[in-house]
Amino acid sequence: MRKKWWIQGLLLVGLIVLGGWAYQTRQINKANMTITAVGSTALQPLVEAAGEDYATHHLGTFINVQGGGSGTGLSQVQEGAVDIGNSDVFAEEQRGIKADRLQDHRVAVVGITPIVNHSTGIDHLTTAQLINVFTGKIRNWSQVGGKNQKVVILNRAQGSGTRTTFERFGLQNHRSIAAQEQDSSGMVRQIVATTPGAISYVGFSYVNKSVQAVSLNGVQPTNQNVEHNRWLIWSYEHMYTSNQPQPLAQKFIKYIQSKKIQNSLVRRLGYISMSDMQVVRDGQGSVRQAGAGHE
Amino acid sequence: MNPKVSNQIAIAMLYVIASTIVVILAALLGYIIIGGLPAISWHFLTSPAKAFTSGGGIGIQLFNSFYLLILTMLISFPIALGAGIYLNEYAKQNWVTSLVRTSIEILSSLPSVVVGLFGFLIFVVQFGFGFSILSGAFALTFFNLPLLTRSIEEALAAVPNEQREGGLALGLSKWETVLHIIVPAALPTILTGVILSAGRVFGEAAALIYTAGQSAPALNFTDWNPFNISSPLNPMRPAETLAVHIWKINSEGIMPDAKAISSGSSAVLVISVLGFNLLARFVGHRLFKRFTAG
Amino acid sequence: MVRAVYVKRGQVMNKKLQEQLLKRSKAAKMERFGKTISFLALMLITVTVFAIIIFVASKGLSTFVTNHVNIVDFLTGKNWNPNVTDSKGQPEVGALPMISGSFVVTILSALLATPFAIGTAIFMNEISPHRGAKLLQPVIELLVGIPSVVYGFIGLTVIVPAVRSVFGGSGFGILAGTFVLFVMILPTVTSMSVDALRSVPRYYREAALALGATQWQTIYKVVLRSATPGILTAIVFGMARAFGEALAVQMVIGNAALLPTNLVSPASTLTSVLTTGIGNTVMGSLQNNALWSLALVLLIMSLIFNLVVRMIGRKGAMSK
Repeated sequence: MRKKWWIQGLLLVGLIVLGGWAYQTRQINKANMTITAVGSTALQPLVEAAGEDYATHHLGTFINVQGGGSGTGLSQVQEGAVDIGNSDVFAEEQRGIKADRLQDHRVAVVGITPIVNHSTGIDHLTTAQLINVFTGKIRNWSQVGGKNQKVVILNRAQGSGTRTTFERFGLQNHRSIAAQEQDSSGMVRQIVATTPGAISYVGFSYVNKSVQAVSLNGVQPTNQNVEHNRWLIWSYEHMYTSNQPQPLAQKFIKYIQSKKIQNSLVRRLGYISMSDMQVVRDGQGSVRQAGAGHE
Repeated sequence: MNPKVSNQIAIAMLYVIASTIVVILAALLGYIIIGGLPAISWHFLTSPAKAFTSGGGIGIQLFNSFYLLILTMLISFPIALGAGIYLNEYAKQNWVTSLVRTSIEILSSLPSVVVGLFGFLIFVVQFGFGFSILSGAFALTFFNLPLLTRSIEEALAAVPNEQREGGLALGLSKWETVLHIIVPAALPTILTGVILSAGRVFGEAAALIYTAGQSAPALNFTDWNPFNISSPLNPMRPAETLAVHIWKINSEGIMPDAKAISSGSSAVLVISVLGFNLLARFVGHRLFKRFTAG
Repeated sequence: MVRAVYVKRGQVMNKKLQEQLLKRSKAAKMERFGKTISFLALMLITVTVFAIIIFVASKGLSTFVTNHVNIVDFLTGKNWNPNVTDSKGQPEVGALPMISGSFVVTILSALLATPFAIGTAIFMNEISPHRGAKLLQPVIELLVGIPSVVYGFIGLTVIVPAVRSVFGGSGFGILAGTFVLFVMILPTVTSMSVDALRSVPRYYREAALALGATQWQTIYKVVLRSATPGILTAIVFGMARAFGEALAVQMVIGNAALLPTNLVSPASTLTSVLTTGIGNTVMGSLQNNALWSLALVLLIMSLIFNLVVRMIGRKGAMSK
């Protein structure tokens, strides 16, 4: 018994010594700078990849990127709990956010397209038809020139950036009827791919062979069409900071907006680079040609 | 009906039910493992994940899952054991005890996203732990405690009263009886509870999204100093676990091999739980032998 | 003189002895220590439980207190569009579709899972303990570790198409949700039922068999009766899991805030709406509070479940 206590005591002392030694020899983080970015899951891969890139070029900095949703990102940056809030929507569009307290930094553009299941036999629609489908006036694809197949509507969750943008620019502010909802693009694509008659909408980068992208009024959902605002359903990806941003946060956002990242990472992740955009759109939705007052 | 005939029928029915379950479960496991095996390779198990190109692995996520599981168990097992002992051995049968029991059971029905958000507001923001393994472990502790406490209590209740009487007759105090006789006797059942809750912890995603986070910064596996940010042992680093990784890939993954990674990860997860079960059983068996001098 | 010294010495010794006898023994100290520690652990759990409950309640009630939503409208309204205000200027936050969806899917899956779980538990514990321990138990424990997302994906790729081809409709709906939840709660209910059966003393069975009862009579009339409270707890935990499950159900139930009209039309549950919406809303806004109100409803409903099952348990249990 006594021997056991002795061993335990020795172990404890050993652990403490080891801990102290570890503490003494820890890497002293010279720059010791950490920023946290929280929010949109859609934007997360880009910020994460850029963050890793930034950290390898600037030793001693650490950029912590987390998801949680645009709403979480905006409310946490407003609370001051995080340095950067990633969002798919303008802060003005999000209820409960005081947009004047936040600084908007646009880092990329994402185009959104309607997608349908192959069984619908549809590859083009007009805006009016699209609105009728989503407001429940058209219930069978044969009514718009497709096969005899019932329409199954699939929405993104209320308040999600993709849905907000789609209803605003795709449905011209009409509200979709209550229907199935999913909270991520991957899931939406999966369900549209496997459900006969399904229609939904995703960002361009999620379109693959398993679903059919739909052209609207004869305009194809391509990056070039978004750049000239011929394809109307697109939105910015935002990184919001407080009005007095942390210096590192500011530098990091500048880095993402730089030519280097815009022309490499942003494109490779399926976004449209800010520098390719020929137009600028504000929170109210009014569009003007870029160049004159380029930010 | 003749009791003997009904006995036969009933037992036949039980065989049918049990084999149905076996078939369902085996099909499920087979589906996951067979679907995932082609994706698993040494490279897949050890290399870090890639955000948008194919060929990423799950090395860091796998390590995070185990580390988080161990931390969670270290925190929650003593608490659950203590609470289970008190509920079964000391608590009087009155309305207070039943209130406590009910509230624990209610906690287990809370969706994990609520627990996650609670953990986010308390640990990540309020206590300033940030997105870290520690915050995740605390959130999972909340999530884990009801089931664990309940199963420990059940396990203790299953020990016959003779054992308690025997202990007291030997002149041991109640606590000594509990510690040296009842808990060892209940150990196999307690272990089942631990394994079950470990499985749940391992597969939990929603509670971790807001606490341990969903990014896995690169780790330096040669640096075991827990105070360094890239050390695997640092409990203050953000850590995406395997289950969260599967969730993330399925919901927003844009890498070309997302499907393969997701099914591979699922298979790895199941196999890990299997390995964990076997290990826990082995250890439990040894402990049981030692405690009961059998 | 000498005598006085002896007396004095005797007094001193007596005092020492007295002290020794009156002092708490080491065992008594340990006893106190152990009791306190275990009590503290329980208190810690209780405090955290209440903290969470108070947290959810304060957030959930603010829909009614701060945002002045009528509680009756909330519970009976059929439209869920927190971003939209209706003709009366009130936001559309009718939770009835979700409440009924959660309720139906939980009850159905529990009804489906209970006979299977109890049957398997009896098989594992009474009929074939050897095979039970060697084969069934590890498999069941494994299943608990499969993440909900994986269950959801299997549901999406296997169950939804199966439901679609057999029952028609889009396949998404309560039926698909029930099947997925059935498999998900089965391990929990089964393994807890096994524990309950195991805690029935051996001599109960021996006594029944000695009276000439068949194995089934023993199981049905003695073992099951005396394990009823434990089994009910298992079912409560299973239902709790079904109730609180979000990710898997959300993928197969369709997640549409519509009143379920039949088992194959898209519906939604409290958790699925909560989980999909919470990241897209801002803390403190009506939209966010309304979601917390759903969590509160969930808490209250599971409380009611709990009480009901307890009441049944009290009636059904044999007095020990």
